[in-house]
Amino acid sequence: MFRSHRRLLTATSASLLVLGLSACGGGTTKDSAESTGGGAAQPGASANPNAETKAGLKIAFLPKQLNNPYTDVETGGGKVAVGELKGEYKLVGPNDASASSQVSYINTLIQQQQDVIVVAANDPNAVCPSLNQARQAGIKVVSFDSDASKDCRDAFINQATTQGIGESLTKMASELAGGEGDIAILSATPNATNQNAWIDVMKKELAKPEYSKLKLVKTAYGNDDDQKSFQEAQGLLQSYPNLKVIVSPTTVGIAAASRYVSSSNYKGKVAITGLGLPNQMRQYVKDGTVKKFALWNPADIGYLAAFTGAALASGQITGAEGEKFKAGKLGEYTIGAAGEIVLGPPTEFTAENIDQFNF
Amino acid sequence: MSDATANPRSLKDGLGRLATWDGIIILLTVVVIVAASLGVSNFGTSRNFTFLILDLMPIVLVALPMTLIIVTGEIDLSVASILGLASSLMGWFWNNGLSIEMIIPLVIVIGAVLGAINGFLVNALGLPSLAVTIGTLALYRGLAFVVLGDGAVADFPFDYTGWVTGTIGGGSVPNVLIPIVALAIVFGIVLHATPFGRSLYAIGANDQAAHFAGIRVARTKFWLYVASGAVSALVGILWTLRYSSARADNGSGLELAVVAAVLLGGVSIFGGKGNLPGVLAGVVLLAALQNALRLQDVSGQALNIVTGTLLVLSVLLPNVVSSIRTSRQRRKVRQAAAS
Repeated sequence: MFRSHRRLLTATSASLLVLGLSACGGGTTKDSAESTGGGAAQPGASANPNAETKAGLKIAFLPKQLNNPYTDVETGGGKVAVGELKGEYKLVGPNDASASSQVSYINTLIQQQQDVIVVAANDPNAVCPSLNQARQAGIKVVSFDSDASKDCRDAFINQATTQGIGESLTKMASELAGGEGDIAILSATPNATNQNAWIDVMKKELAKPEYSKLKLVKTAYGNDDDQKSFQEAQGLLQSYPNLKVIVSPTTVGIAAASRYVSSSNYKGKVAITGLGLPNQMRQYVKDGTVKKFALWNPADIGYLAAFTGAALASGQITGAEGEKFKAGKLGEYTIGAAGEIVLGPPTEFTAENIDQFNF
Repeated sequence: MSDATANPRSLKDGLGRLATWDGIIILLTVVVIVAASLGVSNFGTSRNFTFLILDLMPIVLVALPMTLIIVTGEIDLSVASILGLASSLMGWFWNNGLSIEMIIPLVIVIGAVLGAINGFLVNALGLPSLAVTIGTLALYRGLAFVVLGDGAVADFPFDYTGWVTGTIGGGSVPNVLIPIVALAIVFGIVLHATPFGRSLYAIGANDQAAHFAGIRVARTKFWLYVASGAVSALVGILWTLRYSSARADNGSGLELAVVAAVLLGGVSIFGGKGNLPGVLAGVVLLAALQNALRLQDVSGQALNIVTGTLLVLSVLLPNVVSSIRTSRQRRKVRQAAAS
């Protein structure tokens, strides 16, 4: 191939020529492109709050990926709700949580003529074109867990506001530290959107006068990997001997940190709190390692999503701000700005109430 | 297996050729499509045809240069990472104000350069392609994350994203079928109707012999890697536009689907054997089967089991058949010698 210099030269100059030509042509740039999202706005149907909830609605759940314990609880709540609604429940999803793997499943659901798709988007934009195709085919789209772009779904079930979670985490940390001392955060990955948003709120909260004696010494990242989180918890306690509280806003991190502390001589000296699953945390609450932690009830998310989908498909709501609808045992909800429906404040779990929850 | 070309063909041989692996795959593909159209509701609709073509688009396009590479006895596992890096670069260029008309050729040229790096390492330095492209698989994917991080760029112009997901004249033939057919014809002609294409089989059968027969082995393979890089980058662009999302992790794991489809299509992993119609049938078979099973609510895990089993069979069966043939021939020779 060393004899092919001349050919290489020809190829290179040819490609440079192509580049030069295309550079001269002006063309569509980020600034010149008008913001046509290709959004398929639904026809401006008006809501009829008194419309009857239709029976036999086909409601399909498409989580980020299957076989994730947390997702199973969410979709389990959805299944209960679809049962109460006398609809047909279906659960489909990819085995990997990659950005584009959900699209084929959405296409399949369109072909199967479902009435409602309840989706947790792996990528807010990648699912957009096919979700809009679904909506053009008359399917109502409700997102949960992880929102799709606003212009390609009818409503979004927000488990809790970012502000609410950040405040709740800070409050628990302060209570457990007795109002002063060193605290550390054990997060998921450095790029995790949810976790970073909550940590930002925590930092703003900690800047307030009532938390002035609390000092955030370090944010460690366990990458939502059990072993890495375990080692990071270990590392935090070795580097900061005066640490009073580790706050872990991820279910993997809080379980790993609790497991380490409960088996070390830090037990009773360092408090662990954050966002966790009751079933994973039960033993650490019972053995005194963990005094309290919080989480929304994931089963309620799926439950609310199913009822929202049914209300949309029955014409009771259109997803516009201010519309109200009833969501079975959860009571009445009001749609917020941009089609968002907030589930409510996170639930705090302690030794007293943890046995009431099974997820 | 070279006996088919060495011996004068009799009628029996001609019939035997129909029973080759790629013949079986083409037949199986037709059977699956007909059966699914009749038996699976919503399979035979024009919209599903569009979805099917969009789903198999990345696999079939990357499979074209991959077939040529595997025919020469090499492999390129970095294709999906080149796709991801192309997607990342596309997002980065777009964010930096370049026009999409400039980004597209630029990214394809970069893809060709990435392929040329593979080609250089494999052919000028004589390193094994499996090791080299596993290395660049990690390297290019890593670079993709360096370029775009964990973020995504999504605001590409609708003229382009809409074209990729759209159909010709709003009918039932998806636009992306145009590049698929065009490139399939180009690669088909190159492989099956040019001296260059014939030389690939010679290289795959025995590269030493090919070298002494006057074929420039290293140079030939080098250009195959360049083509593979350029096509992978093109697929990166189409992928990005289809999902309106430039991301560093786009196309992760696609290389395995591509290699699976190529092998299923009857190309020998040891080189020297296989043809493009077989590969095209392999891709369509896998995609149609997955599509139909999904419409029947078969779970993702079960889908993996089906495709995995198909792949193992596709490697196993031709070997069994050829070993039976060889032992039969040996027996014949022995009998002839005895009489």
